[in-house]
Amino acid sequence: MKHIVIIGNGISGVTAARHIRKNSDSKITIVSAETKYFFSRTALMYVYMGHMKFEHTQPYENWFWDKNNIELKEAFVGNIDTSKKILNFTNSETLTYDTLIIATGSKPNKFGWPGQDLEGVMGMYHKQDLEKLEKYAPDNKTCKRAVIVGGGLIGIELAEMLRSRKIPVTFLVRETSFWNGVLPAQESKMINNHIKEHHIDLRLNTNLKEIKADENGRVKSIIIEETGEEILCDVVGLTAGVTPNIDFLKDSGIELGRGVKVNRFLETNIKDIYAIGDCAEQHEAIGQRRNIEAVWYTGRMMGETVAQTICHKKTAYKPGHWFNSAKFLDLEYQTYGWVFSEKGKKENEAYFQWQHPVDLKCITISFDKNTHQFLGINTFGIRMRHEIFDKWLTENQPIEHVLEYLSDANFDPEFYKLHEAEILAKFNKENNTNILLKKKSWKRIFAR
Amino acid sequence: MKIIKQSGLIIFLIGLATFIGIIFTGTFSLTQSELDTFIKEKGFKSEVIKTQLKNTIVENKDLNIFEFSSGVTTALETSNNHYNKLISKYNSEKNWAKKGEQYQYKISDKPHSLSFTLAKKAGKGFAAENTALAWFLTFGLGIIGALMFIIPDVILLGKPGIKNDGIFLNAATNRGWIGWFAFIFLVTFYILLYFYPDYIVNWVYLVDPISISISGNPAGQWFLYGFLYCVVMTVMAIRMYIKYRHNKYQILRTTSVLFFQIVFAFLIPEILVRFNKPWYDFKNAFPLDYDFFFQWNLKELLASGGFGLFILVWGIVLTIVIVPVMVYFFGKRWYCSWVCGCGGLAETLGDPYRQLSSKTLLSWRVERIIIHSVLIFVLVMTGFALYTFFTQKGVVLGIQTQTIKDIYGFLIGSIFAGVIGTGFYPIFGNRVWCRFGCPLAAYLGFVQRFKSRFRISTNGGQCISCGNCSTYCEQGIDVRAYAQKGENIVRSSCVGCGVCSAVCPRGVLKLENGPEKGRINPTEILLGNDVDLMELVNK
Ligand SMILES: Cc1cc2nc3c(=O)[nH]c(=O)nc-3n(C[C@H](O)[C@H](O)[C@H](O)COP(=O)(O)OP(=O)(O)OC[C@H]3O[C@@H](n4cnc5c(N)ncnc54)[C@H](O)[C@@H]3O)c2cc1C
Ligand code: SF4
Ligand code: SF4
Repeated sequence: MKHIVIIGNGISGVTAARHIRKNSDSKITIVSAETKYFFSRTALMYVYMGHMKFEHTQPYENWFWDKNNIELKEAFVGNIDTSKKILNFTNSETLTYDTLIIATGSKPNKFGWPGQDLEGVMGMYHKQDLEKLEKYAPDNKTCKRAVIVGGGLIGIELAEMLRSRKIPVTFLVRETSFWNGVLPAQESKMINNHIKEHHIDLRLNTNLKEIKADENGRVKSIIIEETGEEILCDVVGLTAGVTPNIDFLKDSGIELGRGVKVNRFLETNIKDIYAIGDCAEQHEAIGQRRNIEAVWYTGRMMGETVAQTICHKKTAYKPGHWFNSAKFLDLEYQTYGWVFSEKGKKENEAYFQWQHPVDLKCITISFDKNTHQFLGINTFGIRMRHEIFDKWLTENQPIEHVLEYLSDANFDPEFYKLHEAEILAKFNKENNTNILLKKKSWKRIFAR
Repeated sequence: MKIIKQSGLIIFLIGLATFIGIIFTGTFSLTQSELDTFIKEKGFKSEVIKTQLKNTIVENKDLNIFEFSSGVTTALETSNNHYNKLISKYNSEKNWAKKGEQYQYKISDKPHSLSFTLAKKAGKGFAAENTALAWFLTFGLGIIGALMFIIPDVILLGKPGIKNDGIFLNAATNRGWIGWFAFIFLVTFYILLYFYPDYIVNWVYLVDPISISISGNPAGQWFLYGFLYCVVMTVMAIRMYIKYRHNKYQILRTTSVLFFQIVFAFLIPEILVRFNKPWYDFKNAFPLDYDFFFQWNLKELLASGGFGLFILVWGIVLTIVIVPVMVYFFGKRWYCSWVCGCGGLAETLGDPYRQLSSKTLLSWRVERIIIHSVLIFVLVMTGFALYTFFTQKGVVLGIQTQTIKDIYGFLIGSIFAGVIGTGFYPIFGNRVWCRFGCPLAAYLGFVQRFKSRFRISTNGGQCISCGNCSTYCEQGIDVRAYAQKGENIVRSSCVGCGVCSAVCPRGVLKLENGPEKGRINPTEILLGNDVDLMELVNK
């Protein structure tokens, strides 16, 4: 029987395993050094915040693996002998495979800051990071202040986590405004304010110079590059992005770039070895996507795809329209299609924007200046229907169509205040148009 | 703000302590003439109980409630024992005439109910005499303290939004010692309420004036319960309003259950009594209202003229037409989360415990077995009851109708719905009764599962499997299991509380009523991936 081994039990590896199991009886083994059972990395924050227990982050009950005949191996792969098809574990055990899927995910970036390996400095990626945080920042007596370095999605989550235990937080962000490499200024500004309202000491335009230790080798303070200011703290969170977690592959003969290089079929340069999820790097970017996509959904989609290939239905990885979502403290964000920040957007791309006068709600629609084709939407504080936007993107609808039928797309809970009329009025005014809002129609919503 | 909150807690605890303490106050005794009138009213012929009661509760002037209760129950027992002995004596002597004579002396009253009725006439002391002050020191302090504890959250919780910080780090909401204490308190409360009402007669005194002003009659234990229920729901509804102030669905839903509890379950029935009509809760549908088809109820309704007939027809139409039709259009939530009193308590008092419900597959299996057994039980019992009503035969298939009704009333009506259903909130999560026991929920569930426009839509591929939805589902539904497959949730047990949708950090879930077509949408590959692949695998 063919033995399929998957290194990494994150969303990509586990999705691959599940789909392979649906289509074949091959022996499947999932290897992971982090935890025995799959858990949702995106939910780590909620464990520290007390919204959930760790067991709640596990999407499948423990009997699931046995029942589906998926073996779990807890060990760290030190290196791979690709010619003999053997995995060598750091505990000197070995495992042979016929087909190998590398799904080892990411690790937090460290940019060589002095002091970056001191006690009390941590990333926020693995379960072990959570345990470290619990140790060094159990409450605001043990941790009188924490400094977070790097203003991305994980950084703001870490800030929210620490604030839930009333720990003072200083948040160092290199950019002039939070996440403005990705978000348009309107949204970025809204988040800046929101962060401050949550009593987080947000420092924009600020870089870390070094982390200083006390006599016991523990974090004592950090120094800011620009001003030389010293901030006393007990914990430093490094959240300046992630890189593929592939150091153990260095001498394996597998072609590596920043990640494991793969083609559209998620195949590496060596036969029977595939790579998926955060650690996979496309030779050529797909559409406007990045070569390495470190998000949950793409990990899952690569898992879905590679399973087909391995089960003899060779299938290329062809992700559909881009979508994503996040939550910044109390502020929900969704995006469908492409909306680039002012810095990143191309010459033909224009915005239509609307912002609620009081509430934390706003949208940015990106469209083509010349053809009026709808390119994408960012919404803050309003939930939207994925299916509808996916359809509109596929149909290359113009922005006017999107606005006319916007009511179909709203996904907020029942009885929420709707804003489509205000949004449309603003568009009509700005563009001298006279589009009338169509009433929500179930028929259209379900017409596929 | 923090200081207000903490003083609120202290005031609440003082109120609670007085409330518990007041049970032990007061003295209970009757005068001879009061006792004679009572015995006459009841038509007791037993001489034994007369003397027994005289010796205990008339002669002794300073009995506390427990001594009083034991006096009455012993009197009752002694009397019945006495005549039982005579019965067996004459039986062995084959003296049938004498034997038959003895039965008229036997008393079928439940000991603690009898004791309650007597105690209600016999009380002196703080609760009975200084009722207003006693009310203030118990209910009053409890309410003021609780509100002082709750209202500062408007500021302390920070900006509107989901505020579940620390729930699993807190001894009250994570089965810690506070949770266990609350459990013991609630269970004891229900046991006293259902089985030892005489022990809590002092509480009933506290609400006498209120009862008299509404129905014209002094309060009984069920009036106390109804009043307490409304108070607790109102206070905890304020907590809901603050906690979910960003979420209009939650606000409207909470207002609705509160309205139906106070107006339909509490005020209207009491006012009906004032006008000499039968006590009836218009929203309480059979089979939750399990004694609707019992002989005594049918008789009472039929004896109350046109109005009674109207209730009878309404009750039947409610169960057979209104309930399922509404479930078709809106899902069972219209009843369970917008109208029902049990649901109302679960969604207010129980909300802090919703995360404790078990999500395992095993518990789902157990749930289905138990809830459907209760449904069958109630249907069989009602069949028996109706048979008895129409044929006037008390025995069906060799089983006493009364026995099966008693078993249901004890096991399901009291132990399951009350002691376990509410008492176990702090351990098994709120809605223990609604999830495992309620026969009406089982019935609505069938309709919801197989013929309804209601579903929880899953938003394409947006789920990140975080598990917030499953954790906070009070019905123990593993919502994530569906959401992460891009599949709509159409489970029969979903009561449509909307909290899974509220807590989802990625906007994945929406409760909605839409066309039946496409309601159930099994998927393997989620939206967002290669369209060809989705079609290939999902077909
Ligand atoms: C705090 C946080 C929040 C996030 N929130 C979101 C979000 O909201 N939305 C979103 O789209 N994405 C989010 N992400 C990103 C998302 O979690 C990742 O993209 C996704 O988990 C990657 O999955 P994966 O399967 O590729 O790898 P991983 O989940 O990283 O799994 C890889 C596993 O392999 C193991 N492993 C690695 N090397 C070895 C080895 N040599 N031997 C044995 N085992 C090994 C690792 O220990 C790990 O368990 C978040 C990430 C974090 C950290
Ligand atoms: S599935 Fe959602 S709406 Fe239904 S009972 Fe559970 S939490 Fe409430
Ligand atoms: S809360 Fe939302 S994102 Fe999290 S598992 Fe449930 S549906 Fe998915």
